[in-house]
Amino acid sequence: MKLPIPELAVIVLIGPSGSGKSTFARKQFRTTEILSSDFCRGLVSDDENSQAATNDAFDVLHFIASKRLAAGKLVVIDATNVQVEARKPIIALARQYHCLPVAIVFDMPERLCQDRNRERSDRNFGPHIVRQHSQQLRRSLRGLEREGFRKVHILRSPEEVDAAEIVREPLWNNLKHEHGPFDIIGDVHGCFDELAELLIRLGYSAETGANGYVVSPPAGRKAIFLGDLVDRGPKISETLRLAMRMVKAGTALCVPGNHDVKLMRKLRGRDVQITHGLANSLEQLEKESPEFREEVSQFMDDLVSHYVLDDGRLVVAHAGMKEEMQGRGSGKVRDFALYGETTGETDEFGLPVRYNWAAEYRGKAMVVYGHTPVPQPDWLNRTINIDTGCVFGGSLTALRYPEKELISVAAHAAYSRPVKPLKPDAADAPALSSQQVYDDLLEIEDVIGKRIVTTRLHHNVTVREENALAALEVMSRFAANPKWLIYLPPTMSPTETSLHAEFLEHPAEAFAYFRREGIPSVVCEEKHMGSRAVVIVCKNEDTARTRFGVLEEGIGICYTRTGRQFFNDPKTEKEFLKHVANTVKTAGIWETFQTDWICLDAELMPWSAKAQELLRQQYASVGAAARASLAGAAWSSEKLPSGTDGAKALAERFRRRLEAANLYVDSYRRYCWPVNSVSDLKLAPFHLLATEGQVHVNRDHVWHMETLARICKASDGLLLATPYKKVDITDTSITDAATTWWQELTDNGGEGMVVKPLEFVARGRRGLVQPAVKCRGREYLRIIYGPEYLLSGNLERLRSRAVSTKRSLALREFALGVEALERFVRREPLRRVHECVFGVLALESEPVDPRL
Amino acid sequence: MLLTITYSGHPGTDLGYLLHKSPSRIHTVELAFGRAHVFYPEATANRCTAALAMEIDPIGLVRNRRGPSGEGRSLEQYVNDRPYTASSFLSVAIARTFNTAMSGKSKERQALADSPLPLEAHIAVVPCRGGEGLLRKLFEPLGYELSAAQLPLDEKFPEWGASRYFAVTLKARVRLKDLLTHLYVLLPVLDDDKHYWVGDDEVEKLLRHGEDWLQGHPERELIARRYLRHQKHLVNDALEQLLGEEEPAADELAEARTREEEQIERTISLADQRIGAVVAALRGVGAKRVLDLGCGEGRLLRELLKDRQFAEIVGMDVSHRSLEIAARKLRMDDLPTMQKDRISLIHGSLTYRDKRLAGYDAATVVEVIEHQDPPRLAAFERVLFEFARPQTVVTTTPNVEYNVKFETLAAGSMRHRDHRFEWTRSEFQAWAASICARFGYAARFLPIGPEDAALGSPTQMAIFTRA
Repeated sequence: MKLPIPELAVIVLIGPSGSGKSTFARKQFRTTEILSSDFCRGLVSDDENSQAATNDAFDVLHFIASKRLAAGKLVVIDATNVQVEARKPIIALARQYHCLPVAIVFDMPERLCQDRNRERSDRNFGPHIVRQHSQQLRRSLRGLEREGFRKVHILRSPEEVDAAEIVREPLWNNLKHEHGPFDIIGDVHGCFDELAELLIRLGYSAETGANGYVVSPPAGRKAIFLGDLVDRGPKISETLRLAMRMVKAGTALCVPGNHDVKLMRKLRGRDVQITHGLANSLEQLEKESPEFREEVSQFMDDLVSHYVLDDGRLVVAHAGMKEEMQGRGSGKVRDFALYGETTGETDEFGLPVRYNWAAEYRGKAMVVYGHTPVPQPDWLNRTINIDTGCVFGGSLTALRYPEKELISVAAHAAYSRPVKPLKPDAADAPALSSQQVYDDLLEIEDVIGKRIVTTRLHHNVTVREENALAALEVMSRFAANPKWLIYLPPTMSPTETSLHAEFLEHPAEAFAYFRREGIPSVVCEEKHMGSRAVVIVCKNEDTARTRFGVLEEGIGICYTRTGRQFFNDPKTEKEFLKHVANTVKTAGIWETFQTDWICLDAELMPWSAKAQELLRQQYASVGAAARASLAGAAWSSEKLPSGTDGAKALAERFRRRLEAANLYVDSYRRYCWPVNSVSDLKLAPFHLLATEGQVHVNRDHVWHMETLARICKASDGLLLATPYKKVDITDTSITDAATTWWQELTDNGGEGMVVKPLEFVARGRRGLVQPAVKCRGREYLRIIYGPEYLLSGNLERLRSRAVSTKRSLALREFALGVEALERFVRREPLRRVHECVFGVLALESEPVDPRL
Repeated sequence: MLLTITYSGHPGTDLGYLLHKSPSRIHTVELAFGRAHVFYPEATANRCTAALAMEIDPIGLVRNRRGPSGEGRSLEQYVNDRPYTASSFLSVAIARTFNTAMSGKSKERQALADSPLPLEAHIAVVPCRGGEGLLRKLFEPLGYELSAAQLPLDEKFPEWGASRYFAVTLKARVRLKDLLTHLYVLLPVLDDDKHYWVGDDEVEKLLRHGEDWLQGHPERELIARRYLRHQKHLVNDALEQLLGEEEPAADELAEARTREEEQIERTISLADQRIGAVVAALRGVGAKRVLDLGCGEGRLLRELLKDRQFAEIVGMDVSHRSLEIAARKLRMDDLPTMQKDRISLIHGSLTYRDKRLAGYDAATVVEVIEHQDPPRLAAFERVLFEFARPQTVVTTTPNVEYNVKFETLAAGSMRHRDHRFEWTRSEFQAWAASICARFGYAARFLPIGPEDAALGSPTQMAIFTRA
């Protein structure tokens, strides 16, 4: 005997002790699906038969059951469940999670149960218990369906139990195996002409056959009607006929709308108010045959509240579908699909205020719905309402899935007048999209606590809670408007410590690293010594509004590696951005990339522009103290009589130290110059990170360097092209030349160079390879390791340093940064972008050797 | 680091006996952080100079450090001034190399050791938090003629201004023992930093080295405070012991305390008045469940906890560190259960929407808004007035008009380095009016602190009530 059950259900086993429930459960279900009350008794009391532990045991059982149901997992409750009070909370639980409760009753002869219990040493309760159970079971039998069980299977003998076989059936709404592509069509309301036009636009064709016309979709495609086919409009019967034929032929799916259901109820003779255009339907159907009307009402009765399609990636429903209800079945789910939810308030037109479930939607599935007419379809958190109010004179819209392409046909007429005006006055037209308005505020829940961010480049990146704590503070107190923050740069590791006696860092180790990873070519770029800056510029303020959702904050931003606005003075920033925008325009970037905005990763010089305070507090202070102190010591020691033992050596040591201090001061001075206006600044971009529709991480670094050089050429001095070399690291003559180049750069006061794999995203033997490794010059490193780091004995001690933590961080931050850009370019909700950017900031709070 | 001591008595070379270091050779002492050398660049009958030059190991300071990380964590960085400046390192070197001289003993020249001598000390680089004024305040009462030259940060960038370092020369007729002791105590005081952990024995050290002169020094309180690295209990210990030794000084000390308190009092009482006014406003509206947004170290929370009207108190701050301090100050772990159930601390931000903040009777936002960048205020406004939506919001902020009345505040500068703006009364009221219009609240205003007829009060408060 087959016992069909829904794939997601709460299975309640009902039967006296000894009726064979547990044995049956073990045979038919997975161990993890079975929640046994005896087992829970054991968990809380060490005694599976302790009746005193019953309440606690059931608390535990219900807790586990609710966790499983929330996760969409089947639950089997293995307890006697013979009393209605015991079943009630289980049914409530099933309802809470929109799952169907199913009863499997073990109505066994009492004698059998008594015998079985006697055979078991652990069941030493008297026969009256089983008798009681049996009586309670009998009393329950008839009322089970009334209690709320959707299915009741009764097994009346051990033979039946043995023969029984559980068959799991998918819910009707589960069409995960249908992968489309689909053309999802909004509320038609009898606008047949527009529907026909739309279908033709979508590439559907109609042929007249023996039983009227047949609509054929373009190869492989399928239409989905989002409900509300009827009421209000002029050609309701035609619309119904078309939809029903397509559904029957398997070329369309249809979910019910509230109007459809109401019409069906009317057709079935129920007493409903003839309002909201129902009269039109009835009037038009009156002209059809009774068979057609019956066909219509049967069609509507068969419609399933919503569908989950394409492996769970797409959900369609008339009024939308919350995540926790998707793919579930209950009266509440159906109501939500038909009507949505209201807050209980009414607006100025007397209409119920709808609860904006989409604003809080966090699900992975795309939800396409209709129901409430909107002037423009508008994405919000992966949901979209495509009811553009055709019957009210708006348009009929289809969403092509997975293309996410919207196709609309204008209404031929306004067939009905909406209570609330469909289009707001031009003056009230929203400046920002729904998503942008919603994104004005981020949710704290989306950033705090331990977080795991899935990235395309580097799997899951974990952000630890304590790091998130620090990031929250920095983000809240110092960062710019999060809508601008579409990227934060990763940290960069230096080379491993050089084996060369004179150097702490040397190109040889950088080349060796990439070679070890199996990378044949690298790009060496001069490393500028300034401050890291991310620059976003838009064509104009309008682009800042439409693309970034930023109002009245200018045409772009320049921010630091922690997301803080680079310039304290808004005037300087404005002028700076104007400069960059003009350069980008002159270089023809807007046209070349078909974009209205650009995001650059760059170094902004001089160092003293941003690091003024640090220079004064630390670098210059140390220089001043070192020179004064060592000059004094050198002078005093030189005055010692020459015969004094050790005098010469002492004086020599102080003289060397003084020399080191002077060199140190020379080092930092190279990166300082006064800034009185924007023309004193230099911006050296090294990555053209993104433009509309593209994150340029699929381009190699030569492309970046060349493209940026073209932009810099158009600049009248602010933008500075970076010298670079492409290096084949399998050829020593080429690496030697690159090393010489580095030597020259650093001898002339340069900071050093950055060595990057030719490909922006390079994978080596052990996965993702460092996106860049820095190799700093000997003199520059005085700023890092102190004036005297090259004096005897010091370098040796500094050699022990470990780059592995820094490198692991660099990879994770790189992956997060690219992920942020890609999500932004895909126009994902801000929280999805922010989560990555926040992650970079959080990882940056991880303690690592600050000298690296 | 370099210290030279010049003796211009006759014969000058007696300095060698006094310091127990022969002028004819270099004396080197190994210290934990490097080496100290004593040698005589000049040793004639008329004039003799001893130099104490230190070779501090800059790499070792960072890599072998066991003590505190220094002011601003400077000892975690290789680029730090410690190897080059007169600090507690120099004090340790003085004590180690001139141990006997510091105790006032001399085998061969005890009479000289006991008498004031024409001495001159030169220190190449003295870091001084407090400028030349402090240098004078510390040394002049001890009878020194002081000349100090402030070092420029970098002569190539004159716009960067002067450094915090001075080349200092001290001249006096003074016992060598006293000169060394004064330097020993006062150099770290000027520097206001210590390279080792300050423990209880430090009090004893201060009392021992200061026994002859500290009680009479007008700046003894500052000296004790800085010498003991601002560890309040140690400072109190030291002062009590000082008082116990010599009663007459007590009056003077009490007076000094009052002076200092007066200085601080104005701000203390303002903070008190602010808290008082906020609590009064909350009591006035009968709030039971209260949020303190930006609770910092929990001053207001402590006050709220005292009143049982406030049945549920939640403190929120963006700084996790502040919350830890607040928890400690509130003794959260030791509170009786009844009290503990009334209060909780949460980490959060006023620029992120937060469901945890919904449903409270009142929220206080005391001296918080001015720490937000003006463009980010919009987010804060929505988080609080649109989503958290408490019945009452009490907010305070400085009244910038009053700033001219603070003598210690430079014209045009703000009261706190992190303030992003300070509003006039009309700016504050205009802001409040726009909040009311957008979110359906009504506001009334209250001055806090002494009110000036023209400038208003130092703090301004608004009480918003949901319409």
